[in-house]
Amino acid sequence: MARVHVSFARAPMQSRHACRMSELIELRPEGLYCAAGDFYIDPWRPVARAVITHGHADHARAGSERYHAARAGIGLLEWRLPGANLCPLDYGESVRMGACQVSLHPAGHVLGSAQVRVECAGEVWVVSGDYKRAPDPTCAAFEPQRCDVFITEATFAMPIYRWPTMVEVIAELDAFWTECQAQGETAVLLCYALGKAQRVLAELYAQCPHRRDEVVLLHGAMETPVDIYRRAGIHMLKSESLIGSGVESTVGRLLIAPPSAAGSPFMRRVKNPKVAFASGWMQVRGVRRRASHDRGFVISDHADWPALIGSIRDSGATRVLATHGRTQALVRYLNEQGIRASALATELGGEDT
Amino acid sequence: MKVFAELYFALGETRALGRKRELLVDYFRVAAPADAAYAVYFLRGGRLRQLYQRQELLDALLEASALPLWLIEDSYAEVGDLAETLTLLAPEADGASGGQNLAQLVEHDLLPLKSMDAAARRRALIALWRRHGRHERLLLNKLITGGLRIGVGDGLLHQALARALEVPLSCIAERLLGEFVPTAAAYLRLAAPADADTTHTPLPFYLASALADADVQATLAALGDWRIEWKLDGIRAQLIRHAGGVRLFSRGEEWLDGRFPEIEAAALALPPGSTLDGEIVALDGRGSVAPFSALQRRIGKRKPGAKLLAEIPVALIAFDLLRGGEMDLREQPLRERVDALRALVEPLGTTSLRMMPGLHAADHAELATRREEARAHGYEGLMLKLLAGPYRSGRVRGEWYKWKLAPRSVDAVLIYAGAGHGKRASLHSDYTLALWSGDKLVPVAKAYSGLSNAELTILDRWIRAHTLERFGPVRVVEPLQVFEIAFEGVNLSKRHKSGVAVRFPRILRWRSDKTARDADQLDTLLAMAR
Repeated sequence: MARVHVSFARAPMQSRHACRMSELIELRPEGLYCAAGDFYIDPWRPVARAVITHGHADHARAGSERYHAARAGIGLLEWRLPGANLCPLDYGESVRMGACQVSLHPAGHVLGSAQVRVECAGEVWVVSGDYKRAPDPTCAAFEPQRCDVFITEATFAMPIYRWPTMVEVIAELDAFWTECQAQGETAVLLCYALGKAQRVLAELYAQCPHRRDEVVLLHGAMETPVDIYRRAGIHMLKSESLIGSGVESTVGRLLIAPPSAAGSPFMRRVKNPKVAFASGWMQVRGVRRRASHDRGFVISDHADWPALIGSIRDSGATRVLATHGRTQALVRYLNEQGIRASALATELGGEDT
Repeated sequence: MKVFAELYFALGETRALGRKRELLVDYFRVAAPADAAYAVYFLRGGRLRQLYQRQELLDALLEASALPLWLIEDSYAEVGDLAETLTLLAPEADGASGGQNLAQLVEHDLLPLKSMDAAARRRALIALWRRHGRHERLLLNKLITGGLRIGVGDGLLHQALARALEVPLSCIAERLLGEFVPTAAAYLRLAAPADADTTHTPLPFYLASALADADVQATLAALGDWRIEWKLDGIRAQLIRHAGGVRLFSRGEEWLDGRFPEIEAAALALPPGSTLDGEIVALDGRGSVAPFSALQRRIGKRKPGAKLLAEIPVALIAFDLLRGGEMDLREQPLRERVDALRALVEPLGTTSLRMMPGLHAADHAELATRREEARAHGYEGLMLKLLAGPYRSGRVRGEWYKWKLAPRSVDAVLIYAGAGHGKRASLHSDYTLALWSGDKLVPVAKAYSGLSNAELTILDRWIRAHTLERFGPVRVVEPLQVFEIAFEGVNLSKRHKSGVAVRFPRILRWRSDKTARDADQLDTLLAMAR
């Protein structure tokens, strides 16, 4: 399949020359492309060589010939891209690709998530992938990289998105669970299956020692990623599958399920469900109400506004390219602050938060 | 203030009335009177006099957030609420939490703002933002930008206060009539024990039990011992004539003050110390009972205008006397209560307050005939009351029965299905059903229940597989499934596309033996309507 697109790519020599003339990383129909190194970052069409920032479906797509990714995230990619040719890289390990030195650095988004640092002839570009700055017990913390050009995500690039601390949110979630137990209800938490579910389980483990004997119920979509996180040595509350475990009553238990489970036949197995949704979008009251769940918890694995602005400053970049999300406001704001910024129209951002 | 801020936040997060009531009760059980007084004031929609112009709020936010104006405006557009935008954009609290209570916040921080100059006011607002965490800041900004505007109606608030303060609901409703000045003293008056003089508070209603056709013979063996009345389709109400005037209460102990002025005016002629039980109905041009749909237009109007009063007059059809001459008559036999009631009501000579007639039936066959006559009048059936019985409270079987008309039914086609709520959130259990008008299907009823769980599950699967179109939670399905729907009555209606409104529709059974073409015509239903 990759061969279909070969005609788009320039020959390596030509492209190295071209890169000095134009952009080190540019937007191609297949995705973000580095001509000097002849590789793509998170391509949405099959290519010869892909560098993957993390395992979410909109970033790690099947069909490419070779994938380079952070070693910590290889387990997830083996699950997401069965049979793919995966080349693990340690964080900070630099490899040569064409005329470039390429290295991966923690992005703090999910297990094994990485920023991609590309250096070519003294110029440094960093592609952030998805990232956050808040502490997360399930993955290595974001490490700022100095660069000339920073390609950043912009999912929540509005100043109204400023996350509460996880200490606050987990206390609210714990209280919600306790309330459900008192009322004879099942506490259902809807959240993204890869990353957020494990983060919640790990935060509950760390912050709520009184919950250590609880066994959290999981929707089928959660089981494999939870297993992968456990194998990676992440401490989380115990869990079991709702379907497989022969659970008689879900009352008083915490059940974690993907958002698509809401209103699906799956929910019939749940007795007296009280449904909460964990997402950055829950920050706005109107959105919480329209979502019409019983509760909304503000939990996001993306950078909030202060983290976006702070990370851009930390990078020292004089130019910023914004991908998926609210790029418009961010681009205008940065330009007004004296940082050259523009938007890149990628096909990323399929994941809810 | 933190406690009230948490209450306000929690109220905003739920749509379940029961849950809202619980939250309110929990709050009022423990709140200090001075704070509770402001809580009552704000929850009833009370607001502070405007403290800031909109521009002043934006200026303060510009200064505090260091964001450009356009970004604040974009944020406002995304959030859609000024108070919440201020909450989300103002800098985080610096940890030194306010710690004061609601009354202190209002009296020490907010009210004095009015007398400050513009610069001092702005500094004060920014300082307030810095002092308060997320939920408190939202409450603060709501108070500053107007009211709480929250889905707590007077009824809900009254119920919660009655429960928390252990004061009868009618007392709370009465004490909250008119303006409420938020002071601790006013709240303590609200919380004071019910007055010893209870002659103007309603008594618990006695509710009739349903009588099945099969039980009529046995239950009413000695028919002469029973008083027979029409079962009217209106609002059950208690009318209290006390020394100070007249009160009308519905069965939910909701005070119907002002809604039915003609009844209140007529009742002024009753001697004080009388409490009547009866049914409020609308009247047609000839003074007969009009369909419930006419009464519905009056129920919604708290202060009906002259035009509506003339167009749809109402009456209380009285059938029992619970207090007379300041005496509690409830232990007296019905026979005597009815005689005393007749002596009070008949001399009034008004159409707005009348006596419920007693009906006669020599035997059970004639009783069945009477019941059938109810249909022609548009009544719901018959009431049967033991003449020797007392007036009890609640639904106690044995002395008051309702023998309703057999429900009517049509076969209708399922056209839309929506997800249910609560336990049925994952099932499509809300159905819209239609009848044929020519070759078009016209929706006539929404029905929620009547299917077994097994049928619900099968139908849900069928609905998911036969969806033509989706509008949010509602699916348009292939018009193939036929259901027999039963209903209590049919009224002509201008508000419904079909021209009829059915009362209490429910699914009787799934007619899987019928095809959509076998379903009934709209004309069939129109012919039943009155």
